[in-house]
Amino acid sequence: MNFFKSCCTILLFILYPILGTSQPITVCSTCPLQSIEAAVSKAEAGATILVKAGTYQEHDIAITKPITIIGQDTPTIDGEEKGSIFRVNADSVMISGFRLKNVGFSHTTNYAAVHVFESSDFTISKNIMENVFFGILIERSKHGEINGNMISGESDAEFYSGNGIHGWNSSHLMIFNNKITALRDGIYLEFVDDSEIAENESWGNVRYGLHFMFSNRDNYYNNEFRENGSGVAVMFSKFINMRGNRFYKNWGTASFGLLLKEIYDAEIEENDFYQNTVGIKVDGSTRISYKRNNIRENGWAVKIAGGCYTNIFTQNNFSYNSFDLSYNSKMNDNKFYENYWSSYTGYDLDKDGIGDLPFRPVKLFSYVVNRTPETVILLRSFFVDILNFSESVSPVFTPDNLADSKPLMKPYQ
Amino acid sequence: MLNILRYSFFDLMRSRWSYFYFVFYLALGFALLFLNNSLPKAIITLMNLIVVLTPLIGTVFGVMYFYNSREFTELLLAQPIKRSTIFMGQYLGIAGSLSLSLVLGLGIPFLAYGVMLSGEITNFIFLLIDGALLTFIFVALAFILSLYNENRIKGFGYAILIWLFFAVIYDGLFLIFLLVFENYPLDKFSLAATMLNPIDLSRILVLLKLDISALLGYTGAVFQQFFGTAMGLFLSTFMLVLWCVLPVGIILRVCKKKDF
Repeated sequence: MNFFKSCCTILLFILYPILGTSQPITVCSTCPLQSIEAAVSKAEAGATILVKAGTYQEHDIAITKPITIIGQDTPTIDGEEKGSIFRVNADSVMISGFRLKNVGFSHTTNYAAVHVFESSDFTISKNIMENVFFGILIERSKHGEINGNMISGESDAEFYSGNGIHGWNSSHLMIFNNKITALRDGIYLEFVDDSEIAENESWGNVRYGLHFMFSNRDNYYNNEFRENGSGVAVMFSKFINMRGNRFYKNWGTASFGLLLKEIYDAEIEENDFYQNTVGIKVDGSTRISYKRNNIRENGWAVKIAGGCYTNIFTQNNFSYNSFDLSYNSKMNDNKFYENYWSSYTGYDLDKDGIGDLPFRPVKLFSYVVNRTPETVILLRSFFVDILNFSESVSPVFTPDNLADSKPLMKPYQ
Repeated sequence: MLNILRYSFFDLMRSRWSYFYFVFYLALGFALLFLNNSLPKAIITLMNLIVVLTPLIGTVFGVMYFYNSREFTELLLAQPIKRSTIFMGQYLGIAGSLSLSLVLGLGIPFLAYGVMLSGEITNFIFLLIDGALLTFIFVALAFILSLYNENRIKGFGYAILIWLFFAVIYDGLFLIFLLVFENYPLDKFSLAATMLNPIDLSRILVLLKLDISALLGYTGAVFQQFFGTAMGLFLSTFMLVLWCVLPVGIILRVCKKKDF
């Protein structure tokens, strides 16, 4: 269905110049029309405006009819920090090929390089946005495509910065191939349903690489999130599908690759978590399946803070994490089986690739560190090894039913 | 001093203990690499072993050599040579030969496994320097103990005890202290307590390289500053060198006053 829709959208844009007005309206410094705003007001519905290379000092260009605006050789629109640059309030609008810079900053209004509201079937593609407050702001809109944009801000603190792509109360957005850096959240979605986020790269943002709030039935796959304040936060959402994403080097005292807070029925598959302080932090989640993820060289691979029921961990590789699992209650309702744990020390006598002894991922020391964080300084000391060993022989403090009954001997390929 | 150093060094290099020590590390290195099949994991396991084993071997070996070569030392003392020269020569000879066994014993298998080409080379070199420093520290401690104790059995007993204290008991007390006083701000205390134990200190030095992501998980500002910047690395290296220099100073002082 989605595929059909996107085909239709693409077809529509190909056909627009042909079906619409015969001649595109051209804007350049020597043309009769020298400003985009003038061209927009002159254009009829369905028209195409072609903007030639050059710099245009314009802001708050209001688009209220279905038109296509294309920048040729990346013309620059300089907002001079006075407000938004494009304000779209019409269906079937396309904005492509611009360099949009210097969006205004305000504590009360959300200025954006492209602000889309109450519109559908829009396309925003191949733009470069620099020094923006918000990059692309979408409100109460649906069926939009945001593709191949490069968005960068100059944020260094949360309270006076905006988000790269901000969706609110929208649905059916396709966010593909964007590169986003130095903003608050790379991509922020609040009340955004049935959307796809793929192949984006989000790095060096102040807060999160990607942030979901109250958004349901979304897919995000093959994205890369690295060196953000924290990687991805998924909160209060249902039916989110996360696949093939890369979470790299989210370092810091409260940093994590992926945070799950009050989410239900999600699938987390084939992701790669590498060198994060906490790989996956889970705080209240139910019916989540973790499959075939690579969780390697993190401080904590998975940190579960309680209220987690019927989650399944299987075929994941837990390699060389300082702590494999941290768990703060004695009750366990989650299943672990057929994962690979690099710290597993059992044997496989019948050679079926599955260790004959169960593996207990929660060590006594991780329980101690949970209680008194300063003790982390004793990590990997001889005494702590002795402690962990004696606890693993007969579990007293750690939940005794929390064990991988069939640990793999070799990493899952 | 150089002559005595050379004599002790080659005397030790010829002894079967040195060979044993060398072969032991060689076997350990190959076994680790063979079983783990991956360098980073082998280095982590190696760190656990080095931090525990080198001090043990350093203390036991130091005490043993001191008592065994006592007659030769007395002979030397009768000669017109400065006391500090004699003891420093012996000390450097034994610590140097032990470190050489360690570096060669571990270096050869890891070199054969291609550590040079991997990104782990700095971690590995760090580990070797760490092991060598620990050897120097614990041989010095062993010398002090045996200078104070004429009785061999007592000397050995104390040597084992001092190793046990630094390797296990200290961390146990440290952990209990942290748990008992968990309601108080402890980050400064725990950093200071680590500085006072060379084994903990060298462990932290390696952790700064290998487990930095876990260490950064703690929210204390002091920790953050220590682990997050080059300061931590500098300070702990400095303390480790200090741990080396202080016992040597004590050896020099004690040997001057001692009545043989």
